[in-house]
Amino acid sequence: MGAMGGRISRDDVAYVAGLARLELTDDELELFTGQLAAVLDHAADVEALDTEGVVPTAHPLPLANVLRDDVVRPGLDRDEVLKAAPAVEEQRFRVPPVLGELP
Amino acid sequence: MTTTQDGITEGPATEGTATEWETVVGLEVHCELATATKLFCGCRNAFGDEPNTNVCPVCLGLPGSLPVLNRQAVELAMRLGEALGCTVRPSLFHRKNYFYPDMPKDYQISQYDQPINVDGFLELPDGSRVGIERAHLEEDTGKSTHVGGGGRIHEADHSLVDYNRSGVPLVEIVSRPDLRSGEQARAYVNELRAVLLATGASDARMEEGSMRVDANVSVRPAGSSTLGTRCEVKNLNSTRSLGRAIEYEARRQIDLLTAGERVVQQTRHWDEADGRTHVLRSKEEAFDYRYFPEPDLVPLAPDDAWRHAVRQSLPALPADRRRRLAAATGVAPGDVAVVVERGLDELVLAALDAGGEAQRLLVHAEHDLAGEPADALDPAALAALTRMEVAGQLTATQAKAVLAELVASGGDPAEIARAKGFEAMADDALAAAVDEVITANPDAWERYQGGDAKVTGFFVGQVMKATRGRADGKVVTRLLRERAGA
Repeated sequence: MGAMGGRISRDDVAYVAGLARLELTDDELELFTGQLAAVLDHAADVEALDTEGVVPTAHPLPLANVLRDDVVRPGLDRDEVLKAAPAVEEQRFRVPPVLGELP
Repeated sequence: MTTTQDGITEGPATEGTATEWETVVGLEVHCELATATKLFCGCRNAFGDEPNTNVCPVCLGLPGSLPVLNRQAVELAMRLGEALGCTVRPSLFHRKNYFYPDMPKDYQISQYDQPINVDGFLELPDGSRVGIERAHLEEDTGKSTHVGGGGRIHEADHSLVDYNRSGVPLVEIVSRPDLRSGEQARAYVNELRAVLLATGASDARMEEGSMRVDANVSVRPAGSSTLGTRCEVKNLNSTRSLGRAIEYEARRQIDLLTAGERVVQQTRHWDEADGRTHVLRSKEEAFDYRYFPEPDLVPLAPDDAWRHAVRQSLPALPADRRRRLAAATGVAPGDVAVVVERGLDELVLAALDAGGEAQRLLVHAEHDLAGEPADALDPAALAALTRMEVAGQLTATQAKAVLAELVASGGDPAEIARAKGFEAMADDALAAAVDEVITANPDAWERYQGGDAKVTGFFVGQVMKATRGRADGKVVTRLLRERAGA
């Protein structure tokens, strides 16, 4: 794992995992730090190229302004939609109170 | 006062000198665009429909669904951008990542570092200009109802989510920190609302949530050019709340700094009931949204032809209409703001063209036509009415009565005045009435001649009585003055 050269730290991985609401064990943190460092090393190969004057690519397709007209189209049947809900109350998705961001 | 690197403002080091404080406010306004469908799918964009009836795989974030941008949403955002004097430029969509049950994809599609509209301004009725940093496109979230705990989010037992609003097109309009009071912030929101309505971009109803305002508030010593640490105030459901919340929050920060404490960067919640702001979260807890380009959408780059067509189709904006009416009537633009807000400027201009008297027209438009269906009012009749007033043929009170009749059933103001018994009082008849009153009250007249202004009202009242209210008070006052001088 010497190749990672400090490209990403264990703390970085723990932080990103926190943002993604992932709970990692110490072993997993160790494992993913190494794996992510390897991914970043691979991406860093690009840094060896001379990209002076190359416009950043926003999208691989040579397209812009893909638009649709403002016309209503039928959606899904509500009963079918609510079947996917963990619980239903008053025709709405019933979910746990929001946690983890408010005091 | 210094600002440390982590954005914490230190209180003034010297005590005993009273510091003058300046309030600094920037506003973030979210507006739902008045489209038929959502931003990235063909579901209906409608307020108040049965819950979860306007939903599809795209706005429910179901796997495999793909967003396609709504042309009309882009057009409306461009109309707003042009109306705000923004540069309308090529833009990109990004994913803003966070977890919240009202956002089923776990990211919001928004515009990040390349928004569609940048660098504009909004001109307020008093002539001041407020900078617009950006006005970008993004999608709305679903609507959560918190059950239990009195509806308070952090005390709720559970939440109920309706996804009808998920994916509704929004513009977020971010002002520069150019506002200096709650009052000015209210004026900004009112003016922005007028522009949104004029351009057809949004119905901008704060009470229905189609226009939502957050305020960034900080304070600094007057004359300072550096910004203090700001707090973002949320839950502002009316312009009244906005004004109150800003005044409260500025006071709170000034009190902290005056006491030698510091302002901590926070998001705060306005409580309308207790008239205070309460902390929601501090900067340390603020989210890292991990923005990255939305791979499912291609860049948006309106061409010159489209931008030109949008510019050409814009109606006259409130600021232009105020300037036009002010120039035509010879007053300041700020003095015709109410008339323009009521949409009565065209009527006043038409009546002016028909030979009406500017001052009387403005008075009627501002005070006597509030809430009246003035569309049917004939500008020529209104013009004739104001000429009668200025010629002294009708008193202000009589003119108001004639105007009400004109609004209700139309007609000729002179005939209406005759029918109501408001026949013109000939000057010589009025002069005779004044002379009679003077003769009948020699003592009071002596006091008037001696310069006692208090008896003026007595004489006007007596003449009114003698003429059964047909006299014009201003003419009576003039006649009295002439006689005292003779």
